[in-house]
Amino acid sequence: MDRIYLDYAATTPALPEVIAGMLPYFKDNYGNPSSIHSFGQEAKAAIDSSREKIAKSIGAKAEEIVFTSGGTESDNFALEGVAFKNQEKGNHIIVSKIEHHAVLECAEFLGKHGFEVTTLPVDRFGVVNPEDLKKVLTDKTILVSIMHANNEIGTIQPIAELSKIAKEKGIYFHTDAVQSFGHLPINVDKLGIDLLSLSGHKFYGPKGIGALYIKKGTRMVPFLHGGGQERNRRASTENVPGIVGMGIASEIVHLNLTDEINRETVLRDKLINAILKNIPDTILNGHPTERLPNNANFSIKYIEGESILLNLDMLGIAGSSGSACTSGSLDPSHVLLSIGLPHEIAHGSLRLTLGRFTEEKEIDYVIENLPPIVEKLRAMSPIYKKES
Amino acid sequence: MPGNYSEKVMEHFKNPRNVGEIPNPDGTGHVGNPVCGDIMEMYIKVKDNVIVDAKFKTFGCGAAIATSSMVTELVKGKTIDEALKISNQTVIDALDGLPPVKRHCSVLAEDALKSAIDDYLKKSTGQGLPGFKPHTEEHHG
Repeated sequence: MDRIYLDYAATTPALPEVIAGMLPYFKDNYGNPSSIHSFGQEAKAAIDSSREKIAKSIGAKAEEIVFTSGGTESDNFALEGVAFKNQEKGNHIIVSKIEHHAVLECAEFLGKHGFEVTTLPVDRFGVVNPEDLKKVLTDKTILVSIMHANNEIGTIQPIAELSKIAKEKGIYFHTDAVQSFGHLPINVDKLGIDLLSLSGHKFYGPKGIGALYIKKGTRMVPFLHGGGQERNRRASTENVPGIVGMGIASEIVHLNLTDEINRETVLRDKLINAILKNIPDTILNGHPTERLPNNANFSIKYIEGESILLNLDMLGIAGSSGSACTSGSLDPSHVLLSIGLPHEIAHGSLRLTLGRFTEEKEIDYVIENLPPIVEKLRAMSPIYKKES
Repeated sequence: MPGNYSEKVMEHFKNPRNVGEIPNPDGTGHVGNPVCGDIMEMYIKVKDNVIVDAKFKTFGCGAAIATSSMVTELVKGKTIDEALKISNQTVIDALDGLPPVKRHCSVLAEDALKSAIDDYLKKSTGQGLPGFKPHTEEHHG
């Protein structure tokens, strides 16, 4: 069997249509969109069209989309852009404990530069309680940032409910939708948000390109300085091929979104049910139903995540883990600790994320091959005592 | 190679030597803790001051398993004095190197061995290994 890729939450392959669409903008239509000649105007038309596509896919207006270098920049831009512009109004920012590091570490940075940061807890499924948000709002709060769906455990947050609480007090609401775009329907008005981050390579576009939705009227400082691009919000010559590729990808993933959600959900549930049934002492991390259709995250007790990944890799199966040993730090994933997992169980996590090229026979192969790996590792684990 | 490991590390990870326990061991070492994600247990059998058998059980990453396997290989047939000369660097060298972030696994393997020898000496002479103190707490502060 060919290699099996179950790490779509890390990145996705660029679709052939995406690559084909991008190529002319490297070679023939290489103009700078700021130039007035035909070369430049072709490039400008291409980014305008891409902006329309992205906007349409989330129910926004084209002028509300700013292209960035990726999800991390979009998150940084949202937080810093709002924080530095609205300082006279207040200095309080609220995030959740399970945000991506692009939000958490940015909030930490702002915390060192005069801002107060409140970090909301989550329940054992990874959900933020709207009541908790209500309690921590102050008249100094200027921004709430809570992700749409979590990258590790796949839990979907009640964004509409949370944003309504912020909105009532006139507080900006940002959501990181890097993991949910292409896996969940997104409409910025229905979600009631002011800012939303996207990353091209998470939905079959190229790497190095992202977008930030900025609702019209949102007060922000520019992120990069040195040019008038992106309506003075982000200087730098546009990544035209990347922008074109991301636009095409956004269109394709929205063509059959409902079918793909249904297809992924069936495969995901088959995987989850079989693993929980066939491997004793295994738990599902994240919410049982309010989770991304392509995310399965397990804690397999008494063994460590990297050893599982290496064994899977030997069989050509690509997954991921929240174990410390895979992050280069000594602590396991902050997300797994935030949902209350003890360290030793967090170290034994395995994340398998599906995508549009995942086939049922691949899921079957994993279901067949994971149990012997677990057995082998448990046989050498000093903390595993077989129940007799 | 996956995880930036050497071929030797992967070979020991795939086919770990001396996995298991020794019934009635002459020395047992237990180091690490579940919080940091590495636990090693080492068992040794000693005859006429020579380590005639060594086995291990490990909860941990690829490097933790490979270093445990290697240290048990290195120690077999050695006298206690010779075994005490095995350092974490000896283990790293025998494995053709370890990624920098995984060096602590080799420290744990050295500790597991020393801890087993310490236990053996306590049982046989009433005196443990002079000055032995596992590093375990240090690298997880």
